[in-house]
This record gives sequence, C-alpha cells and structure tokens, in this order.
Amino acid sequence: MTMKRLINLKRVEARRIFITYALVTAAFVILQVMSSTKILSSSMRGMLVPICAYMVMAVSLNLVVGVLGELSLGHAGFMSIGAFSGVAAAMLLQNVIPFAPVRLALAMVVAAVFAAIAGFLIGIPVFRLKGDYLAIVTLAFGEIIKSLLNNFYLGVDSGGLHFSMLVDNTRLLEGGKLIIRGPMGISGIQKISTFPMGFVLTLIALAVVFNLVNSRGGRAFMAIRDDRIAAESIGINIMRYKMMAFVTSAALAGAAGCLFAMNYSTIVANKFDFNTSILVLVFVVLGGQGNMLGSIVAAAALTILPEKLRQFADYRMLLYAIVLIMAMLVANNLTVRRFFDRFNPFANREEEEDDISR
Amino acid sequence: MKKFFAFVAAAALVMTAGCAFGANAFKLGGTGPLTGGAAIYGNAAKNGAQIAVDEINASDSKVKFELLYEDDTHDAEKAVNAYNALKDWGMQISMGSVTSKPCEATAAENFSDRIFALTPSASAVAVTAGKDNVFQMCFVDPNQGSASAQYISDKALGKKIAIIWKNDDVYSTGIHETFISKAKELGLEVVSDMTFADGNDTDFSVQLTDAKDKGAELVFLPMYYQPASLILAQAAAVDYAPKWFGVDGMDGILTMEGFDKSLAEGVILLTPFNADAKDIRTINFVREYKKRFGEVPNQFAADSYDCVYAYKQALENSQATADMDAETLCAKMIEQFTSMTFNGLTGSNMTWSKGGEVTKDPKGMIIKNGAYVGLD
Repeated sequence: MTMKRLINLKRVEARRIFITYALVTAAFVILQVMSSTKILSSSMRGMLVPICAYMVMAVSLNLVVGVLGELSLGHAGFMSIGAFSGVAAAMLLQNVIPFAPVRLALAMVVAAVFAAIAGFLIGIPVFRLKGDYLAIVTLAFGEIIKSLLNNFYLGVDSGGLHFSMLVDNTRLLEGGKLIIRGPMGISGIQKISTFPMGFVLTLIALAVVFNLVNSRGGRAFMAIRDDRIAAESIGINIMRYKMMAFVTSAALAGAAGCLFAMNYSTIVANKFDFNTSILVLVFVVLGGQGNMLGSIVAAAALTILPEKLRQFADYRMLLYAIVLIMAMLVANNLTVRRFFDRFNPFANREEEEDDISR
Repeated sequence: MKKFFAFVAAAALVMTAGCAFGANAFKLGGTGPLTGGAAIYGNAAKNGAQIAVDEINASDSKVKFELLYEDDTHDAEKAVNAYNALKDWGMQISMGSVTSKPCEATAAENFSDRIFALTPSASAVAVTAGKDNVFQMCFVDPNQGSASAQYISDKALGKKIAIIWKNDDVYSTGIHETFISKAKELGLEVVSDMTFADGNDTDFSVQLTDAKDKGAELVFLPMYYQPASLILAQAAAVDYAPKWFGVDGMDGILTMEGFDKSLAEGVILLTPFNADAKDIRTINFVREYKKRFGEVPNQFAADSYDCVYAYKQALENSQATADMDAETLCAKMIEQFTSMTFNGLTGSNMTWSKGGEVTKDPKGMIIKNGAYVGLD
C-alpha cells in the first residue's frame, strides 16, 4: 500500500519522504551505538528522549501550521493532556503489565486518545474563526487546559478512581494513592521512556503525517490553505478537513507529551505553558512550514543548542537568542539558499520534474 | 562578531581555570535557577556555597572543594540537563537543586546514579521520599505550615486568621495544607481562605477585602516574595493593616528591586536563618557576603553555606579522599549524615533522619526599620 502510494507520488516528493525516513533512522542507529558504547556524554544521553518528544511535537504542529495553514498557539496544551493522562494510565497499569515498553505503548495510546478528544472539542469553536482570531483562541485554550490541570485531583483506591476539582476532595480509602495532585502535578513517575521508544514514535508520527498529507485529505488541506473560497466552491467540506488535521495533530502531540513526561520523575502542568507552545512553533518556522525534515532538524538543534552553550554561563541565553536570529535570517536568505542548492545533486532535476508536471 | 565570540570563549576559559583546584579537591555540583523569575534563590545559594568553599580552600583543612553551579531556570527538564552536564564535569557529591520541583527530578537521577545529594533549600516531601541518598538542609514544606501555626498560637499573635495562597504552586499548597490542619488542632480560627494563581497574581483586592470584612487580625502569606510585595502594597493603599506572617519564601523581599521597604514594616516571618544573629560565624558570613555581593544574605545563602560545611565535616569524619568515586562517597555520606550532629548558621545540633529530613528549630523574625530582626 505504502509502496504503491510512493510510486504514485511525484518523484521529488517520494525522494523527500525517503530521505527523511533514512536520515532519522541513520541518526537513531548512530546515536544508539554511541550511547551503548558510552561515547556519548551524559548530557547528550539525557536529551535523547526529550528531543524525540519535541520532534513529534514539531511534526504534528507542522501539519496544522504548515500544511493546513492555520496558526495554532496552544499546542503545548495537548502535550500536557497527553502527559497527564498517559502517566496516570501507566501508573494504574503498573501492576497489571509489568513489561515496561508495552505499558508505555498503551499509555501513549491512552494519551493520544485523550488529546484527540480534547482536540475535537476545542476544534468545534476554534474553526468557526479565521486567521489571527483563531490563533488567539487556541492560545486561550492552551492556557485553559493548563489551569484545569493545575486544579485537577485524581486518586485511586480499592473503590476505584476518584476525581475532584479545585481542592482535594477525593477522600481516598486506606491504602489509596493520589496520582494527580493539582498544582503539585504528578510525583514519583517510573521513568520508562527510552530512546528506541522515542524513535518508534517519531517514525509513527512521520508515517501518519506523510500518508495523510499525500492522501485525498492532504490535498484538501492544501486546497483550503491556498484558497479557502475556491476549495469550498468545489465542494470540499472545510470544517471536516480542518478537524481531521487538528485532531490528528492533537493525538500525536498527546503521545509526545506522554513520552516526555515518562522521562522525568515528576511533571507539572505549568511546564506546558505558552512558552512551550511558542518553542514548538519556532521549530516549525525555522524548519520551514510544511517541511517535516526541517522541523525534525530544527527541534533537535534548538534543544541541544542551549545545553552546548552552558560553558558561556551568563551569556548563554543571549547567545541562544543571537544564534536563533542568525539562523532565521540565513534560512530565509535567497543567496544562501542558492549557495547550498549547488551542493544538492537533486536540485536541478527537481526543477525539471516540476516543469514537466506543469 | 568573531572578536566577540573569542572574547566570550576566553572569558569562559578564565572562569573555569580560576575554579580549578588540582586533583585533591572534591567536585561539588549543584543546579539552581541562576536566571529567570526564581533567580534570586539560585544565585543566593550559589553565592553562599562559594563563600564556604573559598573559606575552606583557604584554610589548612585537608578537605578541599571545587564548586560548580549550573543554571536550571526553575524547570525540571532543564534541571536534569544541568545535572547531566555536571556529571560530565565529574561531579562526585551533589548539592541537588535549589527549588523543589527541579530537585524532585534531579533527586531521582541522584538516586539511580548513586551520587549523594544534600539540597540547601528544596523543601517538598517528594524530594527525599523513597531515596536513601538525598538529604535536605531546610525544613520540608509541611513542617513550615505546622510550625507557623504553632508559632502563631504560642506567641498569641492573633485568633482570627486569613490566608492568601497560590493554588497552582507546590510550595504554597503544601504549606497551606498543613497550616490548615494544624490551625484546626490548635483552635485558631481561619476566617478567610483565598487563592490566586499564575496569570491573576497582580490584583489582590478581592482577597484583601474578604480578609478585612471578616475581621482577620493576622494574614498568613505562604508564598514567594514577589506576589507578597504586591499584597503588602495594595493593602497599604486601602489602609488595611493586619499582622502579616510569612514563611521562608518571603525572605528576599527587602532586597527586591523597586520595593518600598517601609511597606514590609512589621512583617513576621518564620525562617531558620537570622542575619542579625550575634554569633561570630553569622557576623563573619554576613560581612563577607555583603562585601562580595553587596546585599544581606538570605536563608538560601545560609543554607547552602551550611551544606558545604556539613559536607566538610562528614568527609573528614569518614576520612574520604578526593580520588574516591561517587558511589563510594555516597555510601560514606549516608552513614555520616544519619549519625552525625552538625552546628551551622541555620541551627545548632542539627540531625538527619534516615529519610533525609533535617531536625532543627525555626526562628521567628520581624522586619524593623528595613531589616530583619530576631523576634525571640
């Protein structure tokens, strides 16, 4: 199925997809070998899983921002729903499924489902708006999710699950355990996220996004992005396709949130604030809207960069900002791009193919 | 541009070279918020520890230290990154993290890597829970809440109490919980119990009106100094002057930029460190801190100063040498800290339980003429 689809694609597109998979896999194999032979520093090893989570976040947001063309500023909200529901699920399953990778996989599925539901509910009011208004409302929903989770208590005891809002009214029986503790978040998480699991999730996210973009749905997304009125006039159900992209993106973000949270022993809702949403948006913008490989590279680079700048102590954040500005300028500079295109053996052919298909 | 980078690189080199102390020094590492909203705590802890390390290295002590603090911006993810960077540097014993949530994350790493940690100021219960090699120099949050209620009741500071607390903050929530339960036990009447959260922490008129209307004589503020400063200013604007009572997060309000110190007049706070204490060690420490950093040290600085000296004592007692690896030191430190008694700036006869919690007496302080003065 996938092969057939790849063959039917324009060759440029197929090549780009292949290169993305190949590079991600190669990077994984190299890092995994370096990590197991202890060549990799602790600092780098500690960042492998969060980088995977940020890559998935970037790819999923790119689906909404780059392909669908709607600016979403609340993406961290879905990450946080995924983080909290996934960790809670993993904690509940702790005694049922002792094998960690299976437990993590199930937790990610739960996380994706919860985030998708949230995405659907939020999508209903959000997609009645356009442009800037839509962006601001997604920002507001991101903050609402943060506030809700900050006031949410979830406990478990022999009588089952107990919820409460604002104050802890769960009244757990003897031997019960409070899992989500409002502003204190979740403590004592078993760290079961691993780099291979992160890699698998990244591949799944890429497969989902590429297949969606190159399907009938993906064509519709781009039609809506390029000209909403024209798309509507030929009978594309705008609400339906927008919702499809948004819910898929939310589900992937949820799974990424779960992977991220299970890499630390503690997690709080405040971690997934407006700044995190913007950070992910920066990955997308720097990597290029609609360019999945770009998102992945940008996510990895911008996660590692502040750590590599640690030696500059107090000048660290200043340098980070300068590098970011330079990167944005360079990435958008025509001369620089032409220069790099000279080293790309496929560049000319791509243009030719483009001409033929026209 | 190149010149600028070269300059920065050179500066960084000089700094690291300045710290290097040869092979016979213990590598002591810690993470804390050196930038961002909580930076005052991280920098205080770093400065306090640095003074202690310099004093020890200049003395004829056999135990020498090399100290490195990494920035964690008060974030668990960054704290783990900072911790890993310290591991790459070769950290043998750790000062954990300065703030609670980040320390919870790094403590889990300390536990799995078998690197001993003594945090100066991370006060949440979860920091030490279930870990045999993570110890605290400060009180745990719940103890602060119940100690405050006890203090208010013992000194008869007020019968009708209002609380304003931050319900999306671990620190504030933890203290609030135990304060309420202890207050009930002691027969203190909590007449007003109001909250705020990130994002609506600039206007406190609702909370203050409620406290005033219900006739509260004392307002308990279990929070950091930033929102507390606004509460004090807004209360003054509406001529509401109850007794104010804070906990150790309030420490630092006097050194806050742009804060009118007269507003904090009469604020009582419970903190283990009193910069006005008359013992010779405190006087010396405060003088040195003022000389180097131009301000009065707060409790965080004193706690981390104590951490370094506690390490010195434990390392001397166990006859540890700097060429031992982290795991060997960890076992020795666990043995020492659960058995030794330590006298520091933040309390005398401190002891630690097996769970890593410290036992010491809190000191009440009151702000008078723009300075902290001991209440007892």
